Amino acid sequence: MILKMIPSSALETQKALEAHHYIADKGLSVAVFLALKLGRPLLLEGEPGVGKTEIVKVLAQMLSTRLIRLQCYEGLDISSAVYEWDYARQMMQIRLMEATGERDQERVRHEVFGTEFLLKRPLLQALESVDGRAPVLLIDELDRADEEFEAFLLEFLSDWQITVPEVGTLRAERPPVVVITSNRTREIHDALKRRCMYYWIDYPSFEKEYRIVREKVPGVPEKLAQQAVAFVQELRKQDLYKAPGVAETLDWVSSLMALDQTALSITVIEETMGVLLKYQDDVLKAKNQAQSLLARAQMPAVL
Amino acid sequence: MTAPGGQLLSHVVAFARALRAEGLVVTPAQTATFARALGEISIFDPVAFFHAAQSSLVTRREDQPRFAEVFRKFWHSFGLGRLPSELLSRTTIPPKKEQKARPSEVGKEPPSSGESSHQALPMVDRALTFSEAEVLKHKRFDLMTEAELEAAQRLLYTFAWNPPERHTRRMKSIGKEQLDLRLSFRRSLKHQGELIDLAWRTHKTKPRPLVALADVSGSMERYARMLLLFLHAFGLQHARSTARRVETFTFGTRLTRITHTLKKRSVDAALSEVGQQVKDWSGGTRIGGCLHSFNQTWARRVLGQGAVVLVISDGWDQGEPELLAFEMERLQKSCYRLIWLNPLIGTPGYQPLTRGLVAAMPFIDEFLPVHNLSSLEMLVEALVEGQGSNVKSRRSNVEGQGSNVESRGSRAKSRRPRTVPRWTID
Repeated sequence: MILKMIPSSALETQKALEAHHYIADKGLSVAVFLALKLGRPLLLEGEPGVGKTEIVKVLAQMLSTRLIRLQCYEGLDISSAVYEWDYARQMMQIRLMEATGERDQERVRHEVFGTEFLLKRPLLQALESVDGRAPVLLIDELDRADEEFEAFLLEFLSDWQITVPEVGTLRAERPPVVVITSNRTREIHDALKRRCMYYWIDYPSFEKEYRIVREKVPGVPEKLAQQAVAFVQELRKQDLYKAPGVAETLDWVSSLMALDQTALSITVIEETMGVLLKYQDDVLKAKNQAQSLLARAQMPAVL
Repeated sequence: MTAPGGQLLSHVVAFARALRAEGLVVTPAQTATFARALGEISIFDPVAFFHAAQSSLVTRREDQPRFAEVFRKFWHSFGLGRLPSELLSRTTIPPKKEQKARPSEVGKEPPSSGESSHQALPMVDRALTFSEAEVLKHKRFDLMTEAELEAAQRLLYTFAWNPPERHTRRMKSIGKEQLDLRLSFRRSLKHQGELIDLAWRTHKTKPRPLVALADVSGSMERYARMLLLFLHAFGLQHARSTARRVETFTFGTRLTRITHTLKKRSVDAALSEVGQQVKDWSGGTRIGGCLHSFNQTWARRVLGQGAVVLVISDGWDQGEPELLAFEMERLQKSCYRLIWLNPLIGTPGYQPLTRGLVAAMPFIDEFLPVHNLSSLEMLVEALVEGQGSNVKSRRSNVEGQGSNVESRGSRAKSRRPRTVPRWTID
């Protein structure tokens, strides 16, 4: 059944993503298609706000399956990533059994470690198919997790199984579709990278970003979208500490709409700069150059 | 579709070998993935073909330009190398390394020009005795003879470094910080579920990442070799002892990352490759500009997890002091501790008065000498003791000044770095 859902070519993947309002480059579609087809994890890197997490949500919609998200952080351990026992209920169970006169150690142990006391965390959930469909597992910002977790993941990604000592080994009926994202605050270990299809998502070109804006901000006037995107594109060429991502562009265009703007003006740019840039030094620099950036953005765009 | 047949497969394997010849790491498993991918992708669609190859064979963005170049060359003969120009536009390949045999000589005095101020010691080939090691430890690098430098080098590799550690969020089952429910419950099963024997756990500690930025400009030439040796020895030790990350950069007029090069086990191989890689040996110095490019491209990637930053420079800067101050402030804010190592502190009567240093000084957490072996030992000690009290004081200082952030000057004054009590070392 899931096989039917997988697009049969890279081009079809691109179209399917577009049908779900995600504008993907050819390269990204190829990587996504191959990841699905070959059952490999997909490793996405790129600056913050270029749509790494977004594509995973779209992928889940496209395959009409569940999205399971694991947000990484340092010290992420088995009890929050894989499973944990429900200690309180286990205790209760022991007392209940005691009350009924059950004293046999083995029986108690067997009872208490039943699957109904197992709290499943994202990785364990990802092994379960619902209606014959494997879920999409998003391992977000893996660079935030530590090496210990990465090592664990390595095993999980190659065997699609998890061993719970008290229960046994749980295996996936169908391997989940795994997407890993990283912001590169730390280099991901090579061994893990090599198991994945790798794609670096760049800032989009003017045409692509314009399409994204038109797609994602319904009702945006054509002129405003053009100018705003051109302005952001110019802004990215500046020497900024943190250039605005696509997410920021979308926020900005929405803000401009909320302020009832139909075209860019220098005052409005200055007032809303905080939506695009998140460092004070960058804001100052951009404000100084806003006039010339705007002039360039207002040049008739070649669409 | 099926995996490609014999002819294409042999080209795929040859292609992987061509990539390896260019220094890209491609594992057989990756090659196999690529071969399988070709079963799914039409090889007559050059763009798809290119991306299939790239996403299965390349795992680093930095490798992508080199990959594109090899790809174009290799598949050109098959008519597959014709790619839309935008794919290759970003692929400006750095020119092939010039064969500029360098750093084995760096730091060594030119044999003929020998300064007559000090007499060369007679070269005697024998093992270093203890007292000699002591003498050597306190001798300034720039006054050492060839033989002494070599002896010092050997000594350097016997040092034991104790890196500073930080608390991580990961727990271990020793100590008493937090109740370990899982283990406690398991133990309780022995006593019909009575929690008698509680299990505890504590946060693990881990060595902090270390990021070294070494000045290789003309004024630092006499020290550069020794400092690279130090960084090599330091990196090597920590490569052995697990999870420590050491990142090394050089700067003069531009910033070069030499982390991977320094990982080579053999010192000489590592140093001569560094010499080829670094283009601005013994040139001018623009510390501000180099720190700027560090802050832009690398800071977020290597300063995570509370890194300690070492800037090794004499502070002779030809750039704008304002830029340097600005970038130093940013750097200090994004790392755990910023340590400036200056070989000139070893010179009698030295005062840190160069424009660059004056500008940078307010943002330095520690200002330490680095002119002889014993100062390197002191550095390692400073790294360890820096764990405790004075770090807190840096933080409280920043908070205390929160209200008048506008004036960098006023804040600067209140944050004088902790320096070594003596400016000169006897």
